[in-house]
Amino acid sequence: MNLEEYKGVYVFAQQVDNEISSIAFELLGKAKDLAKDLNTDVTAVLIGSGVKGLADQLAEYGADKVIVVDDPELKDYRTEPYAHALASVINKYKPEIMLVGATAIGRDLGPRVSARVATGLTADCTVLEIGDFPLQAVPGQEQLHNQLLMTRPAFGGNTIATIACPYNRPQMATVRAGVMQKIDPIKGAKANVEEFNPGFTPDNKYVEILDIVKSVAETVDIMDAKILVSGGRGVGSPENFKILEDLAEVLGGTVSCSRAVVDSGWKPKDLQVGQTGKTVRPNVYFAIGISGAIQHVAGMEESDIIVAINKDADAPIFDVADYGVVGDLNKIVPKLTEALKAEIAAAK
Amino acid sequence: MKIVVCVKQVPDTAGGVKFNPDGTLDRGAMLTIMNPDDKAGLEAALRLKDQYGAEVTVVTMGLPKAEEVLREAMAMGADKGVLVTDRVLGGADTWATSTTLAGAIRNLEYDLIITGRQAIDGDTAQVGPQISEHLDIPVISYAQDIKIEGDSVVVERQYEDRYHVVKAKMPCLITALSELNEPRYMTPGGIFDAYKQEITVWGRADLKDVDDANLGLKGSPTKIAKASDKVRKGAGEKVSLDPDESVSYIVDKLKVKHVI
Repeated sequence: MNLEEYKGVYVFAQQVDNEISSIAFELLGKAKDLAKDLNTDVTAVLIGSGVKGLADQLAEYGADKVIVVDDPELKDYRTEPYAHALASVINKYKPEIMLVGATAIGRDLGPRVSARVATGLTADCTVLEIGDFPLQAVPGQEQLHNQLLMTRPAFGGNTIATIACPYNRPQMATVRAGVMQKIDPIKGAKANVEEFNPGFTPDNKYVEILDIVKSVAETVDIMDAKILVSGGRGVGSPENFKILEDLAEVLGGTVSCSRAVVDSGWKPKDLQVGQTGKTVRPNVYFAIGISGAIQHVAGMEESDIIVAINKDADAPIFDVADYGVVGDLNKIVPKLTEALKAEIAAAK
Repeated sequence: MKIVVCVKQVPDTAGGVKFNPDGTLDRGAMLTIMNPDDKAGLEAALRLKDQYGAEVTVVTMGLPKAEEVLREAMAMGADKGVLVTDRVLGGADTWATSTTLAGAIRNLEYDLIITGRQAIDGDTAQVGPQISEHLDIPVISYAQDIKIEGDSVVVERQYEDRYHVVKAKMPCLITALSELNEPRYMTPGGIFDAYKQEITVWGRADLKDVDDANLGLKGSPTKIAKASDKVRKGAGEKVSLDPDESVSYIVDKLKVKHVI
């Protein structure tokens, strides 16, 4: 493998139902930073059926070039035709970096493609940067520059590892959703579009989709919310979430929850924050009646401001909260809602 | 029908994480368990066995001690256990691990391979799909329901906001979610029988069609540049006030931070 042949930062631009997923724009934002450090450009790989019209949106979010693989076989996500499409793009265009979202699609596509093109893949990265490997020069070992350093949590968020892929290309990573920042869209930006079709011949690996069952969509994705009012088992009952909903409404926020709440059947899984739920980074995160298990904290600790209300003064949530209040949520939360309502009305 | 289930022995992070005085993870003090998603995969295989009749072989890669999870799986009802262990296989990343497991599975007959979606220590979710690629068979990840129809499997494949009902011809690899089922307990008779049975132990030499260059630490394309315990944001303020004062305190802080 001649590593020098591999150039450019590539992003898998995930789309579902011909709508580009937010993660694609987040990856483009990060790819732009990396490309600047490497003095190269950013290419989005758009795979689907009838998706060419989406290319300019990718340009608005930072793609210099868009490679479109458009084929009827690619209508709905299936591992094999998508893996064939992306692996063929990698083999033809030879990117030095290939970023994929750590979504239910990306965490299936990424490993299959990395195994096909025989390179490494680092999962669920939260930090990506360009640097040296080894980090410090070691006698007797060549220190390589301009490497992609991929940082990710492991052990349920208890440890953090920085990983490189020094001797294989592309350097591949799946990136956790909600962590990288999109750029402000450049209105009217046009992509340099290149169409590429490697040919799709169905074989035993092309599975058949018999049915697609969509769950009833929540109005707001908690990953997009600026203010989250999150409840845990301490809220006590599904009915009592009403006081959290009232607080959220006053602030224009959204209600989310801990795993315990989902396990008890009080709230649906798509509202769950944490290691096995979603990673969120709102401007304000209210943790109400949440003890703060490490798996929960891993999904919300990047929030700008964390306010915790819990009756247990020793709850671990207070170790990450900016403002911790020890007390009875049933007494505090309704009063807080009223006080905020008055403040907001007075400010108008 | 022949089913191969891949399982991993992992530290029990959910059962209380233990730290050393210097803040590092005290792995010695933590119990090991069968990885939860893998256990759900094993349970799914055992249910298919109950329903349709099948021979279930569990495969694990790890230290000799990982034999424990094979015994547990056999006490739950698995028929055979294969332990893949060899010094040269240590330090493997997901590429080298999947290469190793594929090399072991090539020695076995299978219609279905079931792995857990991800292990709770690494959380990568990569090894299952990578094994399927090495074996050139279809993969269906994130299975929340599995049925057999003739020579095919019909699986509910979970996504964030939907699921697909997917049909694939066997042989096929499926990755299982812990939500898939409630794993059964070991039975006393099962435990007794499990300890009487032979476990097959394979080393490097027993792996089929694999290159040394793709095994162990050396054969891993990803290299750890740095590993450390997570530095957490320090605790902020913590107050114990009466409810009205608590409300004023929060309102003031939100004002200072220009939230309102």
